[in-house]
Amino acid sequence: MESVLLRARGVSDSRSIATYLAAGGYEGWKKALGVGPDAVVKEVLDSELRGRGGAGFPTGRKWSFVPKDHPGPRYLICNADESEPGTFKDREIIEHDPHQVIEGIAIASFAIKANTAYIYIRGEFVRWAKILEKAIAEARAQGLLGTNVLSSGFDLDIWVHRGAGAYICGEETALIESLEGKRGFPRLKPPFPAVVGAFGKPTVVNNVETLACVPHIMTRGATWFASIGRPRNTGPKLFCVSGHVNRPGVYELPLGVTFREIIEEHCGGIKGGRKLKAFFPGGSSAPIMTAEEVDVRADFDACAEAHTMLGSGGVIVLDDSVDMVNVADNIAHFYAHESCGQCTPCREGSDWCADILDRIAAGHGRSADPDTLLRICRFSSEGMTICPLGDAYALPISSMVNKFRADFERRIAGASPLPPKKLPVLPWTGPRPGFGI
Amino acid sequence: MTTCPLVVAPPETTANVTFDKTMDDRIGEVMRRYPTRRAALLPVLWLCQERFGWISPGVISAVAERLGDSPAFVDGVVSFYTMYHTSPPARYVLQVCTTLSCSVCGGRELVEHLKAKLGVGFGEKTPDGSFQLVGVQCLGACGNAPVIQVNDDYYENLTPQRLDAMLDELREGR
Ligand SMILES: Cc1cc2nc3c(=O)[nH]c(=O)nc-3n(C[C@H](O)[C@H](O)[C@H](O)COP(=O)(O)O)c2cc1C
Ligand code: SF4
Ligand code: FES
Repeated sequence: MESVLLRARGVSDSRSIATYLAAGGYEGWKKALGVGPDAVVKEVLDSELRGRGGAGFPTGRKWSFVPKDHPGPRYLICNADESEPGTFKDREIIEHDPHQVIEGIAIASFAIKANTAYIYIRGEFVRWAKILEKAIAEARAQGLLGTNVLSSGFDLDIWVHRGAGAYICGEETALIESLEGKRGFPRLKPPFPAVVGAFGKPTVVNNVETLACVPHIMTRGATWFASIGRPRNTGPKLFCVSGHVNRPGVYELPLGVTFREIIEEHCGGIKGGRKLKAFFPGGSSAPIMTAEEVDVRADFDACAEAHTMLGSGGVIVLDDSVDMVNVADNIAHFYAHESCGQCTPCREGSDWCADILDRIAAGHGRSADPDTLLRICRFSSEGMTICPLGDAYALPISSMVNKFRADFERRIAGASPLPPKKLPVLPWTGPRPGFGI
Repeated sequence: MTTCPLVVAPPETTANVTFDKTMDDRIGEVMRRYPTRRAALLPVLWLCQERFGWISPGVISAVAERLGDSPAFVDGVVSFYTMYHTSPPARYVLQVCTTLSCSVCGGRELVEHLKAKLGVGFGEKTPDGSFQLVGVQCLGACGNAPVIQVNDDYYENLTPQRLDAMLDELREGR
């Protein structure tokens, strides 16, 4: 497939606006200003673009939920929080082609008639926040942003807003709370942000990669975009592959390639000649898949059919040297650390799972542990919590217990009882590997 | 790449903080980006951390007053996020990723190497105040595992050898 989102990778001085303009940059923005907001929304609807941030929601539909008669203001937020373990695609786009993102933000803001847009970028990405700020200043100097853009009468300001270290702020309503200067506590939905969002106003939150697709849809058309990939799963997608492969990295491929193609052809197979044991298809929040499921297609619908999700496109590959107890332990610690603490099933459940898994990993597992893990996870998923982080820790852990139960039972079979002086009840007070693996 | 050491204000100088004109102007500029005063809180805290090295109780009071919120509210926000230092940090904060992809690709060995070499555990500083070891969650660079963030900069594809060279370089820079 030709490079679309990553076409600037490897081009010299690819971040400057001169390079971007020479490659036809900001033509989509000019076209959008010419045809008007409704036509832009229609084009994006027709392209069947689905959100690349995790949920795969149709972007045009999301934009059309913004109330037409709202007197304003409205806001567009570009989600550059990128904290899902295994995901590093937004950074790649910003590193090589920040103007692509700025142009996408401009078009999306115009489509929903927002005059202010914020880029919420994770606090650790200091370098990439500076790259974006420079790109915004360049675009402003060319009259592509600011007041009365290109004499269209449309005003647009874009501001970069840095987070400060909290995975949960990637969740759109937590992001909005954080943008408003508060703790990143997700909000109950409804109302959805498109109706009541940032500062109580209609707000659309879109991922960096989603917005980067928009200029291409405007210049090359919805039909071209929809011709890539499969029906309802259209367009190019960035897959971030990490773990035990020979060539980890970001790959741009049409939606619908198989995971086998990604792992074997593009990433050169498993490192050191070992065998594939399992992989996360879309970040660590997606239920894990076994080596037998490697022929599943990497798109939203095929992953859902396989009872997992494409999520952010972060493929984490694990070879046959890993023990699933350690993987589950590592993942549980991540979510226990990142749970915001509002809902009991998520706050207590993630900690409890980490406790049990630490104990199994330390050689003191009990035969009831796998079922206890499954029970905790069941009570934390499918709508039991305010935001989907409850599912995000529970579904991967229960998938690991279900699909790799032998790993758990082996560790438990060889386990010793807890030393007598320690109370045989939770919380676990022994060693905390923290590092599961 | 040369990572700059953090400028860290000692506790006695941050007990009572007043913002000078430059700082006040920068805060004013940030506040104009948002429709509410409170929304400027995260960026203003960043400005303060850049200036003082950490968010002391004195800084919290000064920020609260400037934005019209209570110190308790500001403290609540500061404590939610992991990147604001609530005690004076070392000159180089070594933030090692402990999440899955790094962990299975040499991150664990890297941590052991660092702990042995510096003689400190997670959350601790070396006695000379040069280095502080922190275990962090996924840094969003998993394809180049293992990854360490030193102050603002990313160091990727690390091996114990490259790590040693990096530490030597940082030591010379102090
Ligand atoms: C716990 C959690 C973390 C999330 N983290 C991110 C993130 O880091 N980046 C992102 O773009 N979306 C993230 N999302 C998804 C957002 O809530 C939101 O759906 C997305 O930004 C919408 O953009 P899209 O429609 O372009 O996909 C997260 C969701 C949840 C529940
Ligand atoms: S599910 Fe977890 S992260 Fe989400 S709101 Fe509840 S406690 Fe917070
Ligand atoms: S797992 Fe270490 S950077 Fe993502």
